Amino acid sequence: MSIDDKLFTVKYVNNINSHLTNDTKECKNCKEKCCTFICPANVWQWNNETQTMTINYENCLECGACRIACPKHSIDWKYPQGNSGVTFKKG
Amino acid sequence: MENLKNKTKVIVVGGGPAGISAAVTIARANIDVILIERGDFCGSKNMFGGAIYTQPTKEIFPDFETEAPLERKNVTNKYMLLTQSEATTISYNKKTDNSNSYTVIRGKFDRWMAEKAKKEGVIIVTSTVVTDLLMENNKVIGVQTELEKYYADIVILADGVNSLLAKQAGLRKNLKPQDVALGVKEVIKLDSEKINERFNVNNDEGLITEIVGYPMNGMLGLGYIYTNKESISIGLGITLSELVDNKIKPYELLDKLKEHPSIKPFIKDGEPVEYSAHLIPEGGYNKIPKLFADGVLVVGDAAMLVNNLHWEGTNLAMISGKLAGETAILAINKNDFSKNTLKIYQKKLKKSFIIKDLMSYKNLMSEMHKRRYSFTDYYIKKLNAFFDVFTNVDSIPKKYKFRKFIKNVIFERNIFELFKDIVSTIKIILRIFI
Repeated sequence: MSIDDKLFTVKYVNNINSHLTNDTKECKNCKEKCCTFICPANVWQWNNETQTMTINYENCLECGACRIACPKHSIDWKYPQGNSGVTFKKG
Repeated sequence: MENLKNKTKVIVVGGGPAGISAAVTIARANIDVILIERGDFCGSKNMFGGAIYTQPTKEIFPDFETEAPLERKNVTNKYMLLTQSEATTISYNKKTDNSNSYTVIRGKFDRWMAEKAKKEGVIIVTSTVVTDLLMENNKVIGVQTELEKYYADIVILADGVNSLLAKQAGLRKNLKPQDVALGVKEVIKLDSEKINERFNVNNDEGLITEIVGYPMNGMLGLGYIYTNKESISIGLGITLSELVDNKIKPYELLDKLKEHPSIKPFIKDGEPVEYSAHLIPEGGYNKIPKLFADGVLVVGDAAMLVNNLHWEGTNLAMISGKLAGETAILAINKNDFSKNTLKIYQKKLKKSFIIKDLMSYKNLMSEMHKRRYSFTDYYIKKLNAFFDVFTNVDSIPKKYKFRKFIKNVIFERNIFELFKDIVSTIKIILRIFI
């Protein structure tokens, strides 16, 4: 089962503003970029051509793993506004 | 502080088991309490394995067994030790009317607890994020939400494992990747009849399966299966630093677990209905933050109160919430919200099973980190290899086969490693009894 199929089962209310931001300069110099593989929702994707991070924040499961794992502490991680983000019906 | 418009006695941030338990305890003493939850309803941002435990839940809601939305009463605990192609299973079964635990769906159960608390006088505000704590002379005097400020004599932080607020209040430091496990889970819909057959249980009976070994293979992590009424929860928790170091995607491990030949038949033809993820505090006793300061108390996951060896978290959350609630009542009756009075919470925690248990396993995680390959890979493979030798019929004399097996266990790796494993085990066990 692909991650896209998994995420398709999750209920989200989208917000036009990202609750996640990164420091592109730090990310450029980051060798590990562990956010691009440890995230359970595949939110962080590094674009080699543009040398920027694509943040699929609307898929975020709000676990907080990226915030803790980021070796540079360069992720600004907030909860999405009330009324938005993930809703676990089963949890 | 004298803004009387938005002033109450106690504000609880977070509507999980810890926050609800604290709030309802306070409301029962006829003290004004507001609980602020960021999700659309209590439970909507929460996730666990999981099961809730009967005795501690009764301490908060004595009639929950007849009133709450429960899934199945657990009658069996199963431990599966997996290699890539094998499984050695130990199963403990106790059929009794007084079950130790029930599986629940948090979206239903936490919501039910919140409704109960509301009926007992807790004011519940949902869909609202607390963004900051309000401070005055180093005292917490209230909270800032997205829309307005609320003031209170005491703020109880039940805002979960990430507790941005406890950090802001200077009560805890940044967590490290080895201090948390990342849990991923799928809920898979399956007819109750099929669940009964596949897991050998009657209607309303269920089981907890804990899985060691594959697909974690030497990394610190555990898998699980819980049976709900008409679904199965399958997932795993893995220490975040392991994912970082080994460059592994958590959901790929989950897929490997689902594909294991001994696991696959359980979920066959099931329909995945929800995928979820959450962090689990793993640091144990050594990572408990400062639990109180002027005007503030920290409870549940926000205080890192999880006993990971025994899969206990919601019970520590509920009881710590209750003890914080009792402390708040005392403080309000004395009209003293300083740390001098609020430190009673820490005393109560120390007297309870919570700190005692976490003390017992103080060394567990650090020893496990050191010896993880032995405990989560090597011995599991050897155990399965033993059963392979024991059950195989091939006209070779048994004594040759056993000799070879024992030789392998002892000489396949450095004898010094074996010694270290023994020392680690003794260290862990001694700590429990001292």
